[in-house]
Order: sequence, then structure tokens, then C-alpha cells
Amino acid sequence: MNHLISILIASGCALSAPLAAQTPPGIYGQSIAIRAEKLYTSAGPIIVDGVVLIENGKIKSVGKFSDVKIPSGVAVRRVKVATPGLVDAHSTVGLSGMLNQSHDQDQLESSAPTQPELRAIDAYNGRDPLVAYLRSLGVTTVHTGHGPGSLISGQTFIVKTNVTEITGGVLKSEAMIAATLGDGARAKGEGKSPGTRAKEIAMLRAELIGTQEYLKKQKDPEKGKEPSRDLHKEALAAVLRKEIPLLVTVHRSQDILSLLRVAKEFDIPVVLDGAAEAYLVLDQIKAAGVPVLLHPTMYRAGGETENLSLETAAKLQGASIPFALQSGYEGYVPKIRVVLWEAAMAAANGLSFDAALSSITLSAAKIIGVADRVGSLETGKDGDVALFDGDPFEFTTHCVGTVINGSVVSEGEETKGH
Amino acid sequence: MSRNRIALTLGFVCAALVAQEKPQAFIGARILTMEGAEIASGVLVVHKGKIIAVGGSNTAIPSEAERHDASGKIIMPGIVDTHSHIGMPEGADGSAPIQPDVRVLDSVNLRSSSVSKARAGGITTVNVMPGSGHLLSGQTIYLKLRSGQDLDELEFNAPGAAPIGGMKMANGTNPRRTAAPFPGTRAKSASLVREQFVKAQEYHRKIKEAGSDAKKLPPRDLAMEALVEVLEGKRVVHHHTHRHDDVLTVLRLQKEFGFKVVLHHISEAWMIADEIAKSGAGASIIVIDSPGGKLEAKDLRMTNGAALEKAGVLTAFHTDDPITDSRWLTRSAALSVRAGMSRQKALEGLTLSGAKLLDLQDRVGSLKPGKDADFLLLSGDPLSVYTHVEQTWIEGRKVFDRSDPKDHLYAAGGYGASHDSDYPFDILALEAGEMYQ
Repeated sequence: MNHLISILIASGCALSAPLAAQTPPGIYGQSIAIRAEKLYTSAGPIIVDGVVLIENGKIKSVGKFSDVKIPSGVAVRRVKVATPGLVDAHSTVGLSGMLNQSHDQDQLESSAPTQPELRAIDAYNGRDPLVAYLRSLGVTTVHTGHGPGSLISGQTFIVKTNVTEITGGVLKSEAMIAATLGDGARAKGEGKSPGTRAKEIAMLRAELIGTQEYLKKQKDPEKGKEPSRDLHKEALAAVLRKEIPLLVTVHRSQDILSLLRVAKEFDIPVVLDGAAEAYLVLDQIKAAGVPVLLHPTMYRAGGETENLSLETAAKLQGASIPFALQSGYEGYVPKIRVVLWEAAMAAANGLSFDAALSSITLSAAKIIGVADRVGSLETGKDGDVALFDGDPFEFTTHCVGTVINGSVVSEGEETKGH
Repeated sequence: MSRNRIALTLGFVCAALVAQEKPQAFIGARILTMEGAEIASGVLVVHKGKIIAVGGSNTAIPSEAERHDASGKIIMPGIVDTHSHIGMPEGADGSAPIQPDVRVLDSVNLRSSSVSKARAGGITTVNVMPGSGHLLSGQTIYLKLRSGQDLDELEFNAPGAAPIGGMKMANGTNPRRTAAPFPGTRAKSASLVREQFVKAQEYHRKIKEAGSDAKKLPPRDLAMEALVEVLEGKRVVHHHTHRHDDVLTVLRLQKEFGFKVVLHHISEAWMIADEIAKSGAGASIIVIDSPGGKLEAKDLRMTNGAALEKAGVLTAFHTDDPITDSRWLTRSAALSVRAGMSRQKALEGLTLSGAKLLDLQDRVGSLKPGKDADFLLLSGDPLSVYTHVEQTWIEGRKVFDRSDPKDHLYAAGGYGASHDSDYPFDILALEAGEMYQ
């Protein structure tokens, strides 16, 4: 259906396809108008024959074609369907590289069970082919970083998918601190800790108490006994100060409840990640006011995720628990999942179309704390748009273009090669 | 058990048998037969496990037939999965890279939820294979997913007939290991395979020379007997292979020894589709959400189906369950259409093409009078994400019904939906590239 799309250049303004060797497009804001037969904004009802006008990278106006005045000189791109640029609420892309060889796997450092001081920004490879792959499928923002697999594995950050080097385009350099509970956090090797669930919680509690004491000493140091800087504790202090949440990969219902107990005890913000058995403890999650970054809908059921259900997203929606979908971490194939397809499968299993789209746009942006910038097509937000030639969720539809900050950063998806 | 109870029980059994003897007619569905144009509003009549009629709304329905209103539904043939690991099969062990005597049928657990999930996905015929961590990991088994927990009941030609299947082979990185007797290089891999096939040729010659003279027969060798079946074309080689050069190595060996081969996975098929077409080999492909995850799949493309179709290669899809899930093989066809494959060939890739690759096309793969009554009732178009398999029928019996809560659990997941399906090795072992890729 690509032929249905036409680019009408109203002036000499160049809209060339991106070349990796050049400055990545989208770093500097550009102007474009996207006219869609169906415009989904994630901020209100569908607009039939709608326009998103982007000026200097920011959304200037959104509305019906008849209501939006497009300045002369702004290129108009026509498309069947447009949605906000997709937001992958949690991934390890750029750290867990496409080749899956030791040299490109930087999502987990297993030398110690707790390393909150590890910064995602120091490991991210924006040129990994899987970043471009996601970008070509409409994903414009990713929350990525250290993965599951140890009690506290490190930090996460949020970046646009057009960023090849960290010189700009970072939305949050420290987004959350990634942690794991349950089987996934068990240390490998005889005699190493944590080796049990109770030990995991004991160690987590000790980390938080140690950080509390560090903060106390910093606040009221005895003369001559000022504590030296401790980057490990400083990282966790941000959680105790409620500046960033602890992002905890946890699947079993009893482990979810353990986490909620710890969160209450220390009054810290937490985000549930994965949460395969969330549907068993909806009331408790709801009461705790904790958001859920749900496992990919098509995630493999086995081990701790054996009880996962394709209908959990719909149940979270029904319980009014804030949630988003994610690509997650994969140790094998597919090395990256595409949130578009995970949302599609949720939409086929009880979740409404709008809620499914929101789970990979506005709801996702809200939970990861960047909804002021991305996640919906609203005036003042970044000009990030995904273009499709049909229902975005149908597997036979194509993403025919991706726009970041008003620049077309992808012309057609890489399912056909690159 | 009282006499009355027995009488009652027998009564039920008889009633069930009688019910089964009655023809069943499914009326009003859009029917995708895979034998020509779609039928907008059709009739499918099955009896005694076979299809007796399929056609438009004027198709004759026997007066005694039990009628099912299928209006608004889609009927298509049961899906043929040409490569799966449901039932947690185990083949060859770590003692040698080539083990033709090992039969995967001796390991399948039919109580595994993976089998129920396959029925939920509309899979009716499946090639269950051992993994790919060996050059040759054993004999595969073709199953019909009839209800039952005894493998004899599920063997394709059951009950009572000899089991049928192919032979699983692999090349590239998976069978490579650091120590002998496993190969450490690609050339050594081919060399070890060649050595065994030469041995099998000699064994075969001795048998032929012995003729009817039993005293001249060589001592029985189960591994050689299985390889002789391969050389005689009675047992198809199902060959795991990803990289373009590895595919060509398979085709060279195939030419040298003359066995029948189906190429499996073929990440780089788009590079060498014409060479595959020239060889006459069939293709059983996998569709993965993204390239990579292992070195040999870094150039995997969703265009493989389109490229193979264009070159004229008989192409089917497989799940490689648990690599992709048996409940959504139709998605692999849809994604292939997204990348340029024709709708018709993609649908055949779920059904008739797979049947042909397994040499079972006389029995399954399309809706045609005389063929097995294996079919699906779908809620919508098979390539739409919103479509669900509502019912799966095998040989005229319903084996999955989404409206039954027990079956719904397997279709949608939930507490207890994945019992008895812990992989014999965890996903981290997969990561290490040891098996099943």
C-alpha cells in the first residue's frame, strides 16, 4: 500500500532519507505537516482526515484538515493512518546487541548482586542494528538500560531512537534503577548470595537501610567525620528521595507482594516489571498505587512466567491500574520484540484498541515520566509520529514512515531488509 | 460398579459411536479449501473421519446429518506444523554427533500443555523433532493431534500402523562443540556426515547383494538401517540450516547421496532462493520478530517467504515451538504477507505446502472429498490479528473448543496453562546455542 502514500513537497524543503554517516535527522527540529485519513492522537478521539502540524520539531497544532492552517513552505505528507511515535516502556535495546555475542551484551554485569551505580548511558550503543529496526517500525522513544538478572543491576535511561551517539536526544539520563526478585535474581555459583527469595529481600532491605544511614550522615555529619562520596549509595538515594523509582522485574505473585511490603516499609516509588502473575494480586497492586510495565504479550511462558496470560493487559485495564507494554529483555531469538505487535496481541485478547495504543504511547510515556515530551499528539509536544498504511495492529499492515522531531527518520520498515 | 452403572456406561459409549457415525455438516462459513477459489458461503460435510463434500450453499447435505451453523465463521484446513518441539522431545545425547538410531517417539510427553496449546493454535498435523545440537539428532515423528495421551493414538497413521517421520539433521554452529567426537568446524561437520552416509551406502549394498539369502545379510545395525531408509528416500531429511553457505553444503550432500531433503529455518534464504529452487528441495521457514539473537540469524529477513515463492520453492512455515508459539503460526504467514508473499501461498504455507513437504498431501493440507476431516473454525480471516481459532477438528472430532474454559486456558494462558512444559533445558541454554535453534 506504499503507493497510497505521497509526499507533496510544497517548497524546496528536502526530506531526504536518513544516512547513518550524517548527523542523525531529528536531532534538530524540522517542520512537516502529516495529513492522515485516520489520526490517532492518544489524547482524544480519532480524527478523521486529521493533520499534525510540526514546526521546528514541536507539535504546533493538531486537528481536522479543514481546521488546521498549514503555512506555505511546510511539506505535507499524506498517509492512511498516523499515531504518536511509539514508546517502548522498557527494553534493553542498545545494551543487549543484535549479535548476542559476549562483546555486544552489556545489559548485565554479574560481578556483584547489587550495582545501582552502573549508568545505562555509559553502555548504550545507538548504532546497534536493532535500534534502527525498532525505529523503522514506528518506535521513537525507548526506556532502556540494565536488564533483569541480578538483585540490582544498574540504571536505565530514556532516549529517542534516532540517536546514534549520546550527544543529544536523551530524555532522561537516569530514569529508574533496575532490580529483580525471584528466581531471576539468584546468584549463580555455590555459596553466593542471594541464593533464596528471603535472602534477596534481606539484601534489598540492607541496601536501603545502608543508604538511609548514608543520607543521615551526609545531612548531619559529625565534625571531621563527613562521609566520603559513595556512588553506589548516591544512586539508591535517588529512590529513597523519591526522585526515581525502583524498577523491579518480578513475576510470581508472592514476590510481587514481597516487593509491595518493602516499598511500603521504606516509602519508596516502585514500578512492577514483567509481572506475569499480576492478575492474581490486582487488588493489592491497585491499593499500593504501583504502575505495571507488563511483560510482552507474546512472552514465553515457562519457569517463573509459566502462568502468564494474554489477557492480563485487559485485566489491568479493567482494574484501572496504570500499565504499559514493553519489549523486555530476550536472551535469544527474537533478540528484540516490537511493542507494536505486543500491543496488537493484547488488543486481540480483550484490551480495547485505544487502551492498547495508549499502552505503547501515552500510558507508557506517563509511567516512565516523559509524558510532557512524548506519547501523544498534542500541541507543544515533540513532533514524533508513526505512519501506517492500515490498522497499525494488523500484522499485514506496514509502518511506512517514522518521524522524530519533525524529521522523517525512516521510510518503510526493515522487515524487508535494510 | 453396579450392573446398572455398566449398562448406563455402555449406553453412553454406544450413543457416542452412533453420533460419530452420523455425517456432520458445517453450513454457511466462508471456506478456504486450498484447492482453488475461496467459497463465500459454503458447506463442509464430514463423515467417519473423512471429508465427503465441500462446496457452495447448494452442496447436498445427507438428511441424517447433524447440522452446525457456521455462518460468520471461516473454515480452513487444519494447520500442518513442519517443525516443532511440543511434548518436550529429546533425541540424541552427548555421546556422539550422529545418532540415527534414536527415535524421538520414545520421549514425547503428550500430557504437556504444549500439545494442548498446539491444538488451540489450530495445529492438527505436526512433525515433532529432536533438537539441532547434533549433525544428526534422530528420527522425527509425524503426529495427528487427536485427543489422547498414548503416543500410539497420535501417530499419523494410528492406530496400529507403523510410525512415520523424517530424520533430523543440522549444520552451522549448533552441532559444533569444543571436543571430539563433535565437529569443531564446518568442513569437519560435512566430513563426518559424508563418512556415515558412505558407510550406509556400503551397508545398503550388502543388503541388496544378500538378496533373499538371510545368511549373507550384514549384522543388524539400527543406525545404518535408519540411514538406509534415508538413502532410499523413505525417510525425508529435515535439515536445520541458516547461513547461505551452509544451505549450499546441505544441497551438495543431498546431490552426492541422493536423499530427500527439506531445508529448515534458512535465515538467509533470500540470498539463495534460486539455488534452492534449482535443487528441488522444499523449504520450511521460521518467522522471527527481529533479526539476530544468534550470529547465523543476523541477516534473517521476513522476505524469505516472498523470495522463495518468487523462485518457485515449495515453502511452508513452522513454529519451532518453543521458539515461536504453536498458538500463533498464522501470524508467521501474516508477517510474510507483510513482507511481500502472496496471500494464497502464505495460506498454503500453513497447510497444503507443509503437507507436501511431509509427503502427507493425500491425507491432509486441504479440504477435499476423501481427505481427513481436519479443519478449523475461525472467528475471522486467518491472517488477522483479531481472529481466534474457535474450534479445531481432527478426523471429524472436535479436539479444541475455545468456548470451553479448559480449552480457553490453553488458548489465552493463565494459571496452570503451562504445566509439564518446562523445557528440558532453559532459555539460557538456548542462548548458549546448544539445542533447538
